[in-house]
Amino acid sequence: MTLTSHRSVLPDRVTTPTLRTFLRGVPSVDQVGVEERVAALSTRSIKRESKRAALDLIVRMIDLTTLEGQDTPGKVIQVSAKAVRPDPTDPSIPSVAAIVVYPSLVEYAVQATEGSSVKVASVTTYFPSGQAPTPLKVKETEQVVEAGADEVDMVIDRGAFLSGEYFKVFDEIRRVKEACKGAHLKVILETGELGTLDNVRRASMLAMAAGADFIKTSTGKIQPAATLPVALVMLEAIRDFHEATGIAVGMKPAGGIRTSKDAIKYLLVLNETLGEEWMTPDRFRIGASSLLNDVLMQIRWLETGRYWSPDYFTKD
Amino acid sequence: MTRLPATSHEPLLWDYAESRESTEIVEIGDEYGLFIDGAMRAPQSGDYFPTINPATEETLASVAEAGEADVDLAVTAARRAFDGEWGSMPPQERAKLIFRVARMVQERSRELAVLETLDGGKPIKESRDVDLPLVAAHFFYYAGWADKLEYAFPGLQPKALGVAGQVIPWNFPLLMLAWKVAPALAAGNTVVLKPAETTPLSALAFAELTTEAGLPPGVLNVLTGAGETGALVVSHPDVDKVAFTGSTQVGKLIQAELAGSSKRLTLELGGKAAHVIFEDAPLDQAIEGVINGIFFNQGHVCCAGSRLLVEESIHDRFVDKLKRRLSTLRVGDPMDKNTDVGAINSKDQLDKINELVDSGVSEGAEMFQPDCVLPERGFFFRPTLFTGVSQSHRIAQEEIFGPVLSIMTFRTPEEAVEKANNTPYGLSAGVWTTKGSRILWMADRLKAGVVWANTYNKFDPSSPFGGYKESGFGREGGRHGLLAYVDWNGR
Repeated sequence: MTLTSHRSVLPDRVTTPTLRTFLRGVPSVDQVGVEERVAALSTRSIKRESKRAALDLIVRMIDLTTLEGQDTPGKVIQVSAKAVRPDPTDPSIPSVAAIVVYPSLVEYAVQATEGSSVKVASVTTYFPSGQAPTPLKVKETEQVVEAGADEVDMVIDRGAFLSGEYFKVFDEIRRVKEACKGAHLKVILETGELGTLDNVRRASMLAMAAGADFIKTSTGKIQPAATLPVALVMLEAIRDFHEATGIAVGMKPAGGIRTSKDAIKYLLVLNETLGEEWMTPDRFRIGASSLLNDVLMQIRWLETGRYWSPDYFTKD
Repeated sequence: MTRLPATSHEPLLWDYAESRESTEIVEIGDEYGLFIDGAMRAPQSGDYFPTINPATEETLASVAEAGEADVDLAVTAARRAFDGEWGSMPPQERAKLIFRVARMVQERSRELAVLETLDGGKPIKESRDVDLPLVAAHFFYYAGWADKLEYAFPGLQPKALGVAGQVIPWNFPLLMLAWKVAPALAAGNTVVLKPAETTPLSALAFAELTTEAGLPPGVLNVLTGAGETGALVVSHPDVDKVAFTGSTQVGKLIQAELAGSSKRLTLELGGKAAHVIFEDAPLDQAIEGVINGIFFNQGHVCCAGSRLLVEESIHDRFVDKLKRRLSTLRVGDPMDKNTDVGAINSKDQLDKINELVDSGVSEGAEMFQPDCVLPERGFFFRPTLFTGVSQSHRIAQEEIFGPVLSIMTFRTPEEAVEKANNTPYGLSAGVWTTKGSRILWMADRLKAGVVWANTYNKFDPSSPFGGYKESGFGREGGRHGLLAYVDWNGR
């Protein structure tokens, strides 16, 4: 098994041993140091115009997500409307970046967001477990792209990663990437199942080397989902990858980010790790559902000077 | 459906809005006397000097300069308290009073933090999150020992020494006060304290707080002034114990002065700590450790990791990462909650830093400074890196006591140890590697009082701190810290 279409951090011939050597060379991570760093960044004080700018950017970065067994076309159409126009009373509020749905609902999301800037993303690869044969995962991806998905959120095979079958993980990402054709590929590491920050960093490098456009923390179905320490480690991996290859990979924390305050902390870690070039929805997304209304409430508060009841914001 | 403008993909240049801590919580008087025998008194000397805010160069207050007669009054008051109420107080009562001081420090920590930053120039973030919590922690820790001295030194029948004369520096004014005053009081001594000339205000505020806490008059006396006042305190014949933190140069003078006397002495002096980074280190966390090691408190830290020893195989990559990180440091108004590097403590210190940095450039080291805008007024200095530094350069040998890092390389662990120890100082060192056995191997060989592994500048009241060689002797913190303030078996 050899491949040639990977990125320049790897040798021409990619096998599990070469991938193991590559991953061993990834700098180790000191968990205590990571936690201290994010704790220090969390004490940054963001006020007034800098807060307003952050809230606006957060709206534009949100991947509004509905991933439930009980999702229906009706639910997806409602969420799409919210994604396009988050606050019907305030046209200055931008649309969110994307809406994320299950494969069977992609067509409804595509119709409901037509003509807007909102992208449609579908989870694939037998989300959330990823426990299926590779050809089925590829097929599923091809189908959602055919149905009109602009973006694909795939999961890695954590079982294969943890048992050291790095080539399997790598190859699967590469094949899904091919199946994406032009669609944007976000690779979910499910960091809550990887156990250590060293694994998070290695899985990040593996996913980027295999062709990920974005690396994403979590499915939202496993606890812990996104955390600041995990996000910092992934952003540092992105920085190293960018320095080595010149390729700018995006990052998406998902799951558990519910308040504006939390989201601003992620922006702080982003801003101080990768800098302003990453402060755009092209390179950073936040996977969330309830976060959006909290951000809208904060914006309304900044603009009017008083808090509004949650009843003034639509629940979709 | 309403059409909205397409999402803008322009990156956001995110400037944090100014977020200044309010100074309203602090009331600074126009003029301060000396704190002697439980009250503020005008100096016998009649002399005053201004104390300024180094970030604005504005005068904050006029402070008394204690002369010989004032020192005599303070030492007499301390002796009276030692022979009287304080000396005969049951240890449990003494503990209770020190606990009360600790709680009051916590209650007033915001006020004291603001005062510390105004007078000293350190970022409010640090005085709020590091200095004040540690000050309270030291008093809590030593309060616990006050009635357990027999257990601290079993069988040694520990007793208080008497009057302690303490001279402290300007880099951590209240924290150095706590390191010295807390163990002295816990062991039953009384204190005459001389805070640094440039940072007297927090010690005076603390002195007033101890009166409110109910500390008997004379137990703590605070004499403000410059070096001459310190010399008078140290050489006063009725002082039993001298504790000094400051420069090695002054420490040597004090030791010479005390030669032949029965006064006990502890010295915590300068340092030129080696920060050793091995190839297998967690690099991004090591970068944070190095940044914290040298730019914490503008590098005004005796244990600052001012000599970086990087394994040659990762030198270029590490220096690139370091330069990138340096450019994200926020330098400026210390009262802004987002400031990482504040003001240099005084004009004198700024001149000294400039002089040594100039020597680094003229001796041929390569200088890097980030492109940050410094405030127009006040004493500020850009965070600075030097690469291509040799052991023989002045910037590799002399303590700069500013935000300046000298970077050197090594090839083997033996060479790292040899270079790290090749200094007259020996206060602290740092080691970064993921190999546990190598940490222990290094710690055995590094001649430094403190060795941090995969972290830096960590302090805890239960952990002793102090130096080897010309970094001084005696330990502060922990049970070791009490030892400097007790007599045992009549010794």
